[in-house]
Amino acid sequence: MAVKTHCPYCALQCGMEIGAGLAITPRTDVPANASGALCQKGWTAGELLTNGTRLTTPLLHGEAVAWDVALDYVADRLSAIRAEHGPDAVAVFGGGGLTNEKAYALGKFARVALGTSQIDYNGRFCMSSAAAASIRAFGMDRGMPFPVTDLAEADVVLLAGGNVAETMPPFVRHLEDARLIVIDPRRTQTARRAWLHLQPTPGTDLALALGLLHLAIADDLVDEEYVAARTTGFDDVRTSASAWWPERVERVTGVPVHRMRQAVRALAAAGNAYVLTGRGAEQHAKGTDTVTAFINLALALGLPGTQGSGYGCLTGQGNGQGGREHGQKADQLPGYRKIDDPAAREHVAGVWGIPADDLPGPGRSAYELLDALGRPDGPRALLLFGSNPIVSAPDSERVAARIGDLDLLVACDIVMSETAVLADVVLPVTQWAEETGTMTNLEGRVLLRRRAVAPPPQVRSDLDVIAGLAARLGHRFASDPAEVFDELRRASAGGPADYSGITYERIAAGPGVFWPCPQDGHPGTPRPFLDAFATPDGRARFVAVQHRPPAEEPDDDYPVYLSTGRVLAQYQSGAQTRRIAPLVEAAPEPYVELHPDLAARLDIAPGDVVRVSSRRGETKVVARISDSIRRDTVFMPFHWEGANRLTNPALDPTSRMPEFKVCAVRVERIS
Amino acid sequence: MRLVVVGNGMAGSRLVSEVRARDPQMRITVFGAETRRPYNRVLLSNVLAGSSRPEQVRLLDAAWYDAHRVTAVFGSTVTHVDRETRHVVTADGRREPYDLLVLATGSDAIVPPIPGVERAIPFRTLDDCERIVQAAASARRAVVVGGGLLGVEAARGLAGRGLPVTLLHLADHLMERQLDVEAGELLGETLAGLGVETRTGVTASRVDDDGVRLADGELVEADLVVLACGVRPVTGLAAEAGLEVRRGVVVDDELRTDDPSIFAVGECAEHDGTVYGLVAPAWEQAAVAADVITGGKALYRGSRTVTRLKARSVELAAMGETQLGEEHAEVVRFSHRARGTYRKLVIRDGRLVGVILLGESDAVGTLTQLFDRGAPVPGDPAGLLFPGSAQAPAAGSPTLMPDAATVCLCNNVTKGQIRACWEAGANDVAGVAAATRATTGCGTCRDAVEGIVGWLCSQEGIQEGASV
Repeated sequence: MAVKTHCPYCALQCGMEIGAGLAITPRTDVPANASGALCQKGWTAGELLTNGTRLTTPLLHGEAVAWDVALDYVADRLSAIRAEHGPDAVAVFGGGGLTNEKAYALGKFARVALGTSQIDYNGRFCMSSAAAASIRAFGMDRGMPFPVTDLAEADVVLLAGGNVAETMPPFVRHLEDARLIVIDPRRTQTARRAWLHLQPTPGTDLALALGLLHLAIADDLVDEEYVAARTTGFDDVRTSASAWWPERVERVTGVPVHRMRQAVRALAAAGNAYVLTGRGAEQHAKGTDTVTAFINLALALGLPGTQGSGYGCLTGQGNGQGGREHGQKADQLPGYRKIDDPAAREHVAGVWGIPADDLPGPGRSAYELLDALGRPDGPRALLLFGSNPIVSAPDSERVAARIGDLDLLVACDIVMSETAVLADVVLPVTQWAEETGTMTNLEGRVLLRRRAVAPPPQVRSDLDVIAGLAARLGHRFASDPAEVFDELRRASAGGPADYSGITYERIAAGPGVFWPCPQDGHPGTPRPFLDAFATPDGRARFVAVQHRPPAEEPDDDYPVYLSTGRVLAQYQSGAQTRRIAPLVEAAPEPYVELHPDLAARLDIAPGDVVRVSSRRGETKVVARISDSIRRDTVFMPFHWEGANRLTNPALDPTSRMPEFKVCAVRVERIS
Repeated sequence: MRLVVVGNGMAGSRLVSEVRARDPQMRITVFGAETRRPYNRVLLSNVLAGSSRPEQVRLLDAAWYDAHRVTAVFGSTVTHVDRETRHVVTADGRREPYDLLVLATGSDAIVPPIPGVERAIPFRTLDDCERIVQAAASARRAVVVGGGLLGVEAARGLAGRGLPVTLLHLADHLMERQLDVEAGELLGETLAGLGVETRTGVTASRVDDDGVRLADGELVEADLVVLACGVRPVTGLAAEAGLEVRRGVVVDDELRTDDPSIFAVGECAEHDGTVYGLVAPAWEQAAVAADVITGGKALYRGSRTVTRLKARSVELAAMGETQLGEEHAEVVRFSHRARGTYRKLVIRDGRLVGVILLGESDAVGTLTQLFDRGAPVPGDPAGLLFPGSAQAPAAGSPTLMPDAATVCLCNNVTKGQIRACWEAGANDVAGVAAATRATTGCGTCRDAVEGIVGWLCSQEGIQEGASV
C-alpha cells in the first residue's frame, strides 16, 4: 500500500508516494509538482532509508549505550551545568528541516524545561533577511503570499539571486510562460533560461535594486494610484533613489544601463508580474535592506497584494517557513509572535501552564550563539537538532574551535555528520518517511508528511528525545506528533501565523491548508494581502535604504570575490545527499569555478588542485573553468566542509544573517 | 564641536549627511546660496530632456534637517571667513562661529564675454533648467553653445522636445577632452540622426534676438540660446580669506586647505593639481573629509573619472586616457560607423587606462569596472569588447552532441544513457523518461530528448532502407 508523503529536501516539498520496495513515484495531487515532476534528489530519496550509514544506537563518548543511559547522562549533565552556571549556560540549536511539531517542541523545551534564552537555528542562515524585510514592509512574513501555481499566469518574473533550476527544479515548470529576468553574478542554469540576465558584482544587488527603482520613477512607470491607496512612505524612498541614477549604478554593479531599463520596462508593462528574491540577494550583511529595496521596487510598480502579481521570497529548507514560525528562533514564540511582546508572552505562557514572567527573553542569534560557545559568558552545553554547523556556519574553523570548548555537545541526527562526530552524546533519530509531521512549504501551505516505513529499532523521534529529557528535568511533554500539533494550534492562535483551524484530517483531505487559518472551518488564506497588508493601518510600508559595499572587498592580498551556493545533486551540508551514490556520481566533490581569463592569469587549468584562502581560513579544491562566471569572482558550492572556512561572519544588523554570498579570497595553483 | 559647511550642493549636502551618519552629536550648520533644498545636479540633463521628473532630483527632504538636527540656511551667501575669530559672515550680516569649516562652494557656469550674452540662458542650476524648459515650450529653433558633455546632453534633450537644435563647438570635434577624433565625429553623426546639427571649429561672437552670430559673420538662427561653455571653480571666498588658491582651493590628502581647520571638497577643490568636475570624485572627497572631521583616519588619493553621457538613444562612455596613440600604448579598436558603433580600449602595462564606447554595448559595465579597479586585462581582450561571443553555443544538434553530454541536468542523464535505453526498446520520450527520469525535473530538456529520440528513430529508418 503506497503512502502519500512529501520529499525530504527543499521547501517546494514535492508530493511523492512511497510504495513497495521503497519505490518513489511523484504525486499529481500536490500543486507544487502536480505535473509529476521530481528532481534527482527526490527520485533517489528512498536510498536515505537503506544506504547503511544510519545511526542506529545512542552513543555516549563513542560507545553504544541504551537510551535510558544516554538520556540520564544528558539530563544529569544539563542539570549540573545549569546549577553551576545558570540556565543560559545551556543552548539549543535547531534546523529548518525539522517538522513544525519538532520546531515547536524544541522552542518550548528550551524556554520551559531548560529555562534558557539561548536557542536559535540554522534558518537564521537561510531566510532571516527576507523575513525581516517582509515583516517591515507587509507586517507579516509568509515567504510567498500566494500559491506557487499563480506564477503560471505571470507575464514577467524577476528573480533576484535564485538558481531554481538547480535548487528546486520542478519549480521552473511554474515559470514556463513568463519572461524571466534573473539577477545573478553567475550565468547559472536558471540564468541560461532567462529572457534577460543581469550579472552584477557580488554584494551590489542593493544598488541594482535602487537603480531599477530610479528608472521606474524617471520613466513614469510608478503605479501612483496603488502607491497612494495601499502604501505609506514613498516620498522618502523616492528621494533616496535620487542618488542612484542608472549610470552610477552601472559603475557600481557592472550592469549596463540599457539592460536595467529593459528589465524595468518589461516589469512595468506586464499585466501580471512578480518579484522574487533568493539567498543571493539575502545572504549579506545588508540582506534585509537589499530585500527591502526589491520590495520597494515591487510596491512602486503596484505588485504586492494584487491578484496575479506580487513579491515573494523563495524559502530554501524543507520547513524553512514553518521552522521560523513556532519558536526555535531566538526572538520568537509560536505563531510567529515576538518574545518581547507582553501579550504574546501571556498567551503562550498560558498554553504552557507557566507564569509569563518565567519565560526567558530574546537570546543570541545563530552565529553569535555559536561564537559564544565555551566562552566565559557563553553557553557550556549545546543540544543540536537537525543541523550541521561545522559545514554550514560561516568562518567554520572558528565555530569548530568554539564547539571544541564546550563541556557538553549532544547531537540528534540520522547520520554521523561532521558535527555529530564531535559530540559527547549522539542520539539517533527518525527521519522523514519514518515519522509523521507537518511541514509548511514555501507558499505557506501546511502539508502532512506521513510515516511510510518503520524506523530502525533503536531509533527514536526527536519528539521522544525532547519529551524524555523534559521528563528527567521534571516536565511532561507530549511526544505524539498529533498531540504536539494540537498544542501548537492553541499556542499559535491569535498570532500572525495562526494554525488553530488546521488539523491533520483537513490537510489529509486536500492539497494542504494555507495559514493564517484562525478557526475550525476557516478555508485558510492563500493570498493574505489582497484586501489589506498585515500592518496596523493595512498599508504596505516603503522603507528608504541605501547601498553600501560588502563588509570585505577584494584587495591586493585577497584579490577576487568568492560567492557560495548550491548544486543540483547535493543538499545543504550534504549530510544526507553525500551518502547517496547517484548523487555523489553527479556531484562528486567540492570545486571552485573560475573564469577562463582569471584562470589564465593564475596559470590554472581545469582539474588542477588549487588553494583558496581568505583572512579566515583556506581549503583545497579542484578548479573548474567556465565563462559563466564574472572575471572578478569565483564560486564554490557549500555542501562540503571547506567553503565556509572562507566565508565572512559579518552580520546584518537587523536579521543577523551572515555574509555568505561575498568575501575576498586568493586562489593559487598548488604545484 | 561646531561644523560649518559653506555650500549645500552635491558636495556640501553629501558631506553633511556623511558627517551626521558618523557622528550624531556634532553641531552642524550648512549655508546654501540657492533657495532650494539640495538637488541632484547630475539629473538636470534628464529634467531638461523630460526623462527625469523634477521631484526626482531632490537629494534630501525638508524634514531631514530637523530629524537629523542640522541647521540649514537657504538663500544665504557667505561673504567672509574670519579665520582669526573662526566665524563665517553672510551677506545679510549673520556671524556663525565654527571649529571646523568646510568649503563646498562648487563652480559657476562660464559665460563668454560676448555682446548680447544676457539673451542666452546658462545651463547650470535647477532654476536655469526650468527657464530653459519654459522657453523651449514656445521656441522654434535652439542653439546650444559648447559641445562638451553638458552641451551634448542639453542639445539632445532639446531635440527630444521636438526643437531643431544646432550645437556650436569651438574645437574640431565634440567632447574633445574625452573623445578622439573618430569618436567625436561619430557622436556628431549620431546626434544628426536625432535632430541635432553640429557645427565644430566655430566661435560664437554675439547673441542676437534672432540667433547666434559666428565669428565669420554667419547667423545661426535660434530663438532659444543655451550656454554650456564649462564651469569655473568658485574660489573667491577662500582667496579673500588668504587660503592657497590655484585653479581651485588647494587641499591635501585629508581635504584640508593650508588652514588645518578649513577643508574644501567638490568642484571648488584642487587636489594634486586636479579640479574634478564630476560628482563621483566630489562624493569620494566628502566621505574622506567626513572621516577626518569625525576623528577617523582616511586619505583621498584622487579619483578615476568615468564620463557617461546621459542622453536618450546616445550611448557613450569615455574614461581615462582615450587619446594615447600606438606609440605609447596598446590600442584595440572596433569601428562600424554605419551603425554608430565605436569601441576603443587603451591598454598600458597590462591595465586598461582608457576606454571609449559609443553605441549600445553590454561591455560597458565590465570595462568601467576594469578601468576603475586598474585590474589586469586578459591577453586577448576581444572577449571584453564583444561580451557573449565567447559563450558556448546552445546544445548542438543531437547528431553532434557527444555521448557524454548531459542532456537532463535535473536527473543527470547523458545522451549515451538515452541512446542505451532507446537501444533497449524505449522508442519515445515517455519510454525514455520512465527508464532514465530524463525530462521529469524542470522539464526544459524535453525538446532535446525528443530530438535525440527522433534522430535515433530516423537513423534506424535509414539503416533499414540501406540494408534492403
